[in-house]
Amino acid sequence: MSPVSTAPDIVIDWTTLSPVIIVLGAAVASTLIEAVGARKARSGVAVQPPYLRVVQAGVALLAVAAAGLMALRLALQSEDSIGLNGDGAVVVDPMTLYLQLAIAACALIGLLVIADRTVQGEDAFAPQAAAVPGSEYEHKARRRGMTQSDVFPLVLFATGGMMLFPAAADLITMFVALELLSLPLYLLAGMARHRRLLSQEASLKYFLLGAFGSAFFLFGAAWVYGATGTLELTGIAAAVATPTGLDRILVVGMVLILVGLFFKVGAAPFHSWTPDVYQGAPTAITGFMAACTKIAAFGALLRVIYSVAPALNWDLEPILWTVAILTMVVGTVVGLVQKDVKRMLAYSAIAHAGFIMTGVAAWSADGLTGSLFYLFTYGVATVGGFGVIALIREVDQEGHMRGEATGLDQWRGLGRRSPVLAGVFAVFLLSFAGIPLTSGFVAKFAVFAAAFGAGGWFLAVVGLACSAAAAFFYARVIVAMFFSSPPEEPSVAVSGVGIGVRTLGLTQLAVAVSLAFTVVVGVVPGWFLNFTRGLAQLLW
Amino acid sequence: MSVMAYLILASVLFTIGAVTVLVRRNSIVVFMGVELMLNAANLAFLAFSRMWGDFAGQLAAFFVMVVAAAEVVVGLAIIVALFRTRRTVSVDDENLLRH
Repeated sequence: MSPVSTAPDIVIDWTTLSPVIIVLGAAVASTLIEAVGARKARSGVAVQPPYLRVVQAGVALLAVAAAGLMALRLALQSEDSIGLNGDGAVVVDPMTLYLQLAIAACALIGLLVIADRTVQGEDAFAPQAAAVPGSEYEHKARRRGMTQSDVFPLVLFATGGMMLFPAAADLITMFVALELLSLPLYLLAGMARHRRLLSQEASLKYFLLGAFGSAFFLFGAAWVYGATGTLELTGIAAAVATPTGLDRILVVGMVLILVGLFFKVGAAPFHSWTPDVYQGAPTAITGFMAACTKIAAFGALLRVIYSVAPALNWDLEPILWTVAILTMVVGTVVGLVQKDVKRMLAYSAIAHAGFIMTGVAAWSADGLTGSLFYLFTYGVATVGGFGVIALIREVDQEGHMRGEATGLDQWRGLGRRSPVLAGVFAVFLLSFAGIPLTSGFVAKFAVFAAAFGAGGWFLAVVGLACSAAAAFFYARVIVAMFFSSPPEEPSVAVSGVGIGVRTLGLTQLAVAVSLAFTVVVGVVPGWFLNFTRGLAQLLW
Repeated sequence: MSVMAYLILASVLFTIGAVTVLVRRNSIVVFMGVELMLNAANLAFLAFSRMWGDFAGQLAAFFVMVVAAAEVVVGLAIIVALFRTRRTVSVDDENLLRH
């Protein structure tokens, strides 16, 4: 390659890029709205116009919905939309569009939970995230009913990064997308209204370990560049196919890139941030992050692995196998002893990362179908599950609403006090456990069948054993909710009971949508499985 | 000087950065370790760029610098917010989240 003397023709097909462009454009617009609308008073605590938050939530919901519809439309007519785009920086293929659709769907449901607030006007976020917890400034901001409406632009930026991540066709675009999705999430994790110290601590841990992980990714990218002379995945794949003297460097680079991606998907032994961040972050953000980050990061993992797979299969397969097995075992075993619902779901998320990886490690069209299907259904169920948790709150003696009641002992007897909410949560848990007639069963069946089909029977057997063991800790929550008596003095408010969590109803809507999807795909999975398989086979 | 020297330096810097992240307790020093790792990657990018006579590596270094700057903004904001709450930046004192 020689230095370019004249400007080359850069052809960009804006239509196929539109899902990402819509979301990022809305994020920029939303930031401007925030800048113009938020400040009324220069000194002391600012005053917000009451419509600001509504406008921001509306912009975010509309943008994500539009991006999702656009991705769906492109996916349905995908033959003419396949290919490299943006001068080779982005690849729009059926997998990209499927994942973008999944991310948009989960982000939309997640945004409903994020936008929800109690009838007293309290949302899930600190009135001013910059205020020191317990300070006079914070009290003032709270009394004036301030809300941190920059949450919406941050969520939009993160969503845009997530949609770009699996679409990246070169390692630098991938790195930029990785940071674009991560940086807003580090901030969002620290913005909880209640238990702010926990939330800030989660934010710091997420930031330090996340940045550590992306440094590995970047260093790996540098070595791969050194071994192949290019940063584009197609160029790397071509260089990998022709052995040179630099193969060792290439393998080291690929392993470092994988380590960076394993950090993001929360695979053991790079999972240590997951439980702390899931527990400390505001529940609305945990749901959004748990679903969408997992989809995006696995998308990038699939992109990298399937690009270089044919030639590096022998070197990378043992690593994938080891990480998959370790992830399933660690997630399941440590999950068994958790006493906090959010923390338990975090270990469950780690175990699920292992299950999805069995599909990835199968190196087949079936494996790809299974992983993609798993990501979509698991994502939707996760947002719904955390939506339920956001509705179960603590109350103090004066009857004020506090943070989420996440202790397992606080959930005892919930089935008697609020049968609907407990029942819905039980369905999500059964889906995580992989019980038939839920989407989780179909997804688990798809990845394990693919692993068996590709000769990875050992991986599938470990996966089945871990699923069986994991079913135990989901069952423990169900037993606590339905078969044990409530505590003497109930310290928990549940929607529909007595004082109740009265909200605008957006969370309930989000939960209902997730529930419908989980059950419908579980009972009649054919259409959705065929849709996934159709797209995966176009790629294979 | 051969490219190899730069690559060895980059690896040494990366290792120092990674060890710093793992053993130091002050969150600002931990963060400096991360920055050192990013700069080690930049050095490797530039050395390889020179080796291949290809400017994609230099371009990568520019992107990394911009992203690292954005990361500093977010990271220091988080560390400062935490310091104002707790009057400490030690990662060992942040121990509310446990099993």
